[in-house]
Amino acid sequence: MSAPTSAPPISAPVAPTPAAGRRRPPLAKRLAPYGYLAPVAALMLVLMILPIAVVIRYSVFDNVIISPTSVLVGLKNYVTIFADPLFRTATRNTAVFTGVSVLAHLLLGLGFAMLLNSTLLGRRTKTVFRTIFVMPWLLTVAIIAILWRLLLDPNGVVNYGLQSVGLIDGPVAWLSELNLALPAVTLINIWAGYPFFMVSLLAGLQGISSDLYEAAAVDGASWWRRFVHVTLPSLRPIIISMALLDVIWTSQQFPLIWMTTGGGPLDRTEMLSTYTYKLAFSEYQFAQASAGAVIMLVVALVLAVFYVRQQRARD
Amino acid sequence: MRAQSGASRLVMVAGTVAALSVVAACGGGEGSPIGNAAGNDNTTAADGSVVLEFSQWWEPELPKGALRGIMDDFEKANPGVKVKLISAPYASTQQQTVAGAASKTLADIVGLDGAWVSDFAKQKAIADLSTLIKDSGYDDSQLASQIKVGGQTYMIPVVNFVYPMFSNDELLSKAGVNAPPATRTEFLEAAKKVTATGNGAYGWVLPLAQDAPNGIQNDVMSWAWASGGSMLKDGKPDVTNAAVTGVVTFVKQLWDAKAIAPGALTMKEQDKVEQFTNGRVGMMIDSLAHINLIRENNPKLKFSISAIPSEDGYTGKRGMPYASWGIGVSDTSPHKAEAFKLVQYLMSKDVNSKLSSVANAFPGNTKSVPDFVKSDAMFKTAFDIWNKGVPANEFTGLPTAEDLMRSFDVQLQETLANNQPIQTSLANVQADWSSKF
Repeated sequence: MSAPTSAPPISAPVAPTPAAGRRRPPLAKRLAPYGYLAPVAALMLVLMILPIAVVIRYSVFDNVIISPTSVLVGLKNYVTIFADPLFRTATRNTAVFTGVSVLAHLLLGLGFAMLLNSTLLGRRTKTVFRTIFVMPWLLTVAIIAILWRLLLDPNGVVNYGLQSVGLIDGPVAWLSELNLALPAVTLINIWAGYPFFMVSLLAGLQGISSDLYEAAAVDGASWWRRFVHVTLPSLRPIIISMALLDVIWTSQQFPLIWMTTGGGPLDRTEMLSTYTYKLAFSEYQFAQASAGAVIMLVVALVLAVFYVRQQRARD
Repeated sequence: MRAQSGASRLVMVAGTVAALSVVAACGGGEGSPIGNAAGNDNTTAADGSVVLEFSQWWEPELPKGALRGIMDDFEKANPGVKVKLISAPYASTQQQTVAGAASKTLADIVGLDGAWVSDFAKQKAIADLSTLIKDSGYDDSQLASQIKVGGQTYMIPVVNFVYPMFSNDELLSKAGVNAPPATRTEFLEAAKKVTATGNGAYGWVLPLAQDAPNGIQNDVMSWAWASGGSMLKDGKPDVTNAAVTGVVTFVKQLWDAKAIAPGALTMKEQDKVEQFTNGRVGMMIDSLAHINLIRENNPKLKFSISAIPSEDGYTGKRGMPYASWGIGVSDTSPHKAEAFKLVQYLMSKDVNSKLSSVANAFPGNTKSVPDFVKSDAMFKTAFDIWNKGVPANEFTGLPTAEDLMRSFDVQLQETLANNQPIQTSLANVQADWSSKF
C-alpha cells in the first residue's frame, strides 16, 4: 500500500510563482493613498495651514514685519486688543450687522423661495421673478458698493424718489449720518446676500413631498399650520446650515464696508475686519492685527464646528 | 492588473512630485516679494547687463507707454543697464511695498509716497540717498525738495501734484461773488452765498472718508499751511496751536452754516471732484492733475484756480499743499549705483520736464518746465502760484502718516457731527500723535 499523495501542508513555503512576482511591494502599496492625497495636502499646507500658523505666531510677538528684532510678548497683543474701546465697538457693530443681515437674508430668502415655489404663479412669471431676484447675486462686491453709493448719494435716486413723494424734506446722506450709516450698510448687505438663501431654500422646498401637504390638508391643517409643521421642519437642516455659513461670511465682510463707508462716520460702521485692516496697513501694528485676526479665526472655528456637526447629523 | 498598478504608481509619483513642487515654489518666504533686491540671480540679464526692478504705481496713471518710453531712453543712454517696471495701482503698490520692506525683497528702485518714508527708513528698507548723492557727486541744489528722516535724505519727489483752490465761476457769479475769495472771511461769505442760491448747490466740498483720510492733508491742514501755519514744533506734534485751532474753527463755521456739501463724513476725493465737475459746489481744494478730467467730463463748466485763501491780514509766503510721486532705492539692492543713475536720469532737467508734462504735475527739478505751462493758461496760473509760494506738506516723512490723518479725521468728525469742543478734539489728536512719534 502506498501512501496517497497529498497536497503540501498549508504552512509550507510556496515556491514563487509568476503571479506572486508581479505583486506590488507592500510599502509602495501603503504609500499610494498618500501619494494621491499629496497634491491636496500640499496645497492645504501652503495655502491654509502655513499662513494661519504664521499669523498665530505673529500674534504673540511684538513689532513683527516692520522690525527684524521682534520679541516674544505672549498674550500682550490680545490684552491690548481687548482693552481697546474701538475693538469693543467693532465687535458690537459686527454682531448687529451680522445678526440683522442673517435674519433678513433668511426671511427674504424664504419668502421669495416660497413665492417662486408657489403654484399660484405661472411658469413664465416665475422665470421672470427668478431672474430678478437672483440678480444681486450676480454682481461683485465692488459693483454693489459703487451702485449703492450712487443710489444713496445725497443727490442720488433714493433721495430724489423719497423727496418726490414727500417722505423727506431735503437730501439725506444715508452713509454719512451717524445714526443711519450702520442701517444703510446692513441694508446693502441684505440686498447683496439674500439670493444665496433663496436659491438654497427653493431647492429644499422643491424636495418636500407633496404627500405631506396633502395629508395635512386632509387633516384640516390651515396654511399656517402646514407651514409651521411641514415646511419649516423639512427645511430645518438647510436653514441651520445656511445660517451658520452666513454668520461666518457676514462677520468677515470687509470689501463692502471698506468701499462704502470705510468704517465711518466716526466708528459707526467699524467692523472687526476694518479694525484689523487699519491696524495692519495704517498703523503698521501687524502683531496686534494678527491678534485680531486670530480672535476672528477662533469665532469662525467655533461656528465651523457647529456647522460640521450639523452636517454630520444631517447625513 | 499590471497596467493598473503601473498607472497607480505613476499617479502616486506624479502627485508627490507635484506636491513637493508646490511646497518648494511657495515656501520661499513670508509676504509677496515684489523685487529682486534680495540679491538673487534675476539681477543680471542673459547678455550680462544689470536688470533694475522699479516698482511704482505711476505707469497705470500715465498715458500708455509713457513711462516705458522714458525707461527705453534711459537704457539707450546707459548701455548695460535694463529696467523692468513693476506696476500696480497705488493701494496695491503700498501693500506690496510694505510686505517687500518687511521681507527685504523690495525692488531696486521704489516709487514712494512721502507718508511711507519714515517707516521704511526706520526699518532700513530704503537706502540713505544722502550717501548716494555724495558718492556720485550729484548736484542736489536743483532738487525742489528732499524728504529726510533724521537729517538724511530717503526720498526725492520726482513730480508734484499741487492742490490749489478751484472755483466754479458761474456759481460764484450767480451768488454775487465776482472773484475767487482770497481770505478765509471772504471764503466763508462766498460759501454761504453759494449755498443760499439753492438748487442743491453748496459752497464747499470736504472729503473726510476714513478709508482714504488724505482729505485731512489736502483739504483741512492746507488752510494752515497757506497762512504760514504749522502742525509741528521742532519736528513734534503741535496741533493745539493757534494756527490749527483756527483752521478747525473755520471748518466748523462752514459746517454750522451748512455750506459744506452733505455726505462729507464718508466722502472720498473722487466724490469731491465729481461734485465739483457736476457744478454742485462753488469751491474745492484739489489736485491740479484733475483739470483735464474736469474738462473732459464737463466741457461746459467754467472754472478757475487760485491760491488757497489765507488768514485775514496774512502777507507772508503761502504754503501750497502738494502730493508727490517720490522715488527711493532699496537698501538691499546689489546695484545701488546703477539705481541712483536712474534716479538722476528721472530728475534731470529735460526728462523731469517730460515726465511732469505727461503726468500733469509740477517738476521735482527746479530748472524743469513742463510743456503744459506754455500751452495752457490755467496751468500757467497754477505754476505761477506754485513758484510764488512754498511747497508745504508736513505729513510727508512722519511716522504712520496715514494713521495720523485718520486720527485727526475722527476727532474732526467728533467736532463737526457731535459738537465735541474743538480744544478737546485737538487735545485728543495731540495725545494720539505724540504716542506715535
